[in-house]
Amino acid sequence: MWTWFFQLASPKWVYQFANKLLPWFRAATVILFLVGLAYGLLYSPMDYQQGNTVRIMYIHVPAAFLSMFVYVLMAISGGIGYIWRIKMAHIVSVSCAPIGAILTLLALFTGAIWGLPTWGTFWQWDARLTSYLILFFLYLGFMALHSAFDDRKTADRAAAVLALVGLVNIPIIHFSVEWWNSLHQGATISKFEKPSMDVDMLKALLTMIVAFQVYFFTVLLQRVKAEILQREKLSSWVRKLVIDQ
Amino acid sequence: MYFESFQEFIHMGGHGFYIWLCYAVVSIALIGYFIYSKSLATSNQKELINFYRRMDARVQNESGINATKSNLKSEEDK
Amino acid sequence: MNSQIFSLIKREISVVLRSRSEFVYPLAFFVIVTSLFPLAVTPDPNQLAFIAPGVIWVAALLSILLSLNGFYQADYEEGGLEQLLLSGVSGSSIVVAKSVANWFVTGLPLVIVAPLIGVSFNVDAHSNWIAMVSLLLGTPSICFIGSIGMCLTLGLRNGGVLLTLLVLPLFIPVLIFGASAVGAASIGVNYSGQLAILGALLIFSIMVAPFAGAAAMKISID
Repeated sequence: MWTWFFQLASPKWVYQFANKLLPWFRAATVILFLVGLAYGLLYSPMDYQQGNTVRIMYIHVPAAFLSMFVYVLMAISGGIGYIWRIKMAHIVSVSCAPIGAILTLLALFTGAIWGLPTWGTFWQWDARLTSYLILFFLYLGFMALHSAFDDRKTADRAAAVLALVGLVNIPIIHFSVEWWNSLHQGATISKFEKPSMDVDMLKALLTMIVAFQVYFFTVLLQRVKAEILQREKLSSWVRKLVIDQ
Repeated sequence: MYFESFQEFIHMGGHGFYIWLCYAVVSIALIGYFIYSKSLATSNQKELINFYRRMDARVQNESGINATKSNLKSEEDK
Repeated sequence: MNSQIFSLIKREISVVLRSRSEFVYPLAFFVIVTSLFPLAVTPDPNQLAFIAPGVIWVAALLSILLSLNGFYQADYEEGGLEQLLLSGVSGSSIVVAKSVANWFVTGLPLVIVAPLIGVSFNVDAHSNWIAMVSLLLGTPSICFIGSIGMCLTLGLRNGGVLLTLLVLPLFIPVLIFGASAVGAASIGVNYSGQLAILGALLIFSIMVAPFAGAAAMKISID
């Protein structure tokens, strides 16, 4: 059983495993998005206060949730790579960063556009929005720091340290709506209470969150494949793979 | 279905611009990045073919006194 | 361990005393930058008093950011850091010593000079005092957090600019609470919460920065 676990550290195994998984992930992404969009755009009601703009929630919330999930994954895999010197962990960490930054930017953009007709402003410097903006800067800093080093191993380790230091921002973002009075609304879905949202809206939201999640893993696997090819180019299996194509 | 007609669907009760702008930008970004990351592997492979070609050329030129163990080893693989 | 850190701090201060002029630059920067705002924005006393907390805090952040380089770069380039690490001194002690020395040389003068800037910005006496207190609590955090970023960018070509990009997001909580404490004091609202959080941030940064900075230092030096 443990051999499966240790194989995760081998770039060659991960590359082949990714190749096997990708068709399924791609198909699942498309299906989930189609279903989620159908629920969100067609089969869910409008909000009695906000009207139809609530439909932006079905892309804003998944993007924001995923961006924080991706950052945690990036930090943890960076930490694993740093502590146990597993290069596959660093590959995952570095591959997470661009997609996480894009998701953060999308959440900021959709949030701003949503805010304009609904609350009259597209930005406010409150705790949640400001700490979320910091998350975007942390992603940029991670990518900038990683690209500034000539030696890739040093770059990986330095970026991992930065990601771990910035990890403290995630709880701040999450709890900021509880700790401070904020323009941003509080959490609707909680582990222990019944959600206060309409069932159709909840269905759409949860489907879209899962869709974004599967999309992220699809894109991550694609990115990891490319990164593995780059980093392992001196090994014989990559050479065989490339030349055979 | 919560919309009576296609016109109403596009109009979205007056907020159509905001909603469709968001959905359009997000779709373009996500689909774009999907295509980009997919193409990364193939473009990397093309680069690698050139890289191996150059490496082999160097190895052939250096198989005398400058040959290193790894150079000779890859010559053996051929 | 304490005597080790103490002797490290003494070493840092003696380096500073040798090139005294270099370490006055951050303080001069602080004064000059704050004086730019009345010229650029408005000389109206009421509006100056309104923007004063933010201006003083941002200028303080940037001044400390500038001062970080002087403590690490020379040691790194001449191999002093490497020698210290090889001789058995822990990276955390080095980070603590440099951050403390940085604060004494840069942060403390800032704290002392800030009320003068406050007066020039027409800030009332009580808010001025709270500005001093908030800077007193906040500038050490800035020194500690800044040293993490400095250690990460030690060997890099464009390290200075990258340092700014990395470290400013981490400064933002300190900035928000520091400026908000002074702002609250000037309106007459309770500011004890902000000061308490500044204190908490200080404790947190003192705990975390030595380890993160030491890890970063080892990465940069290898």
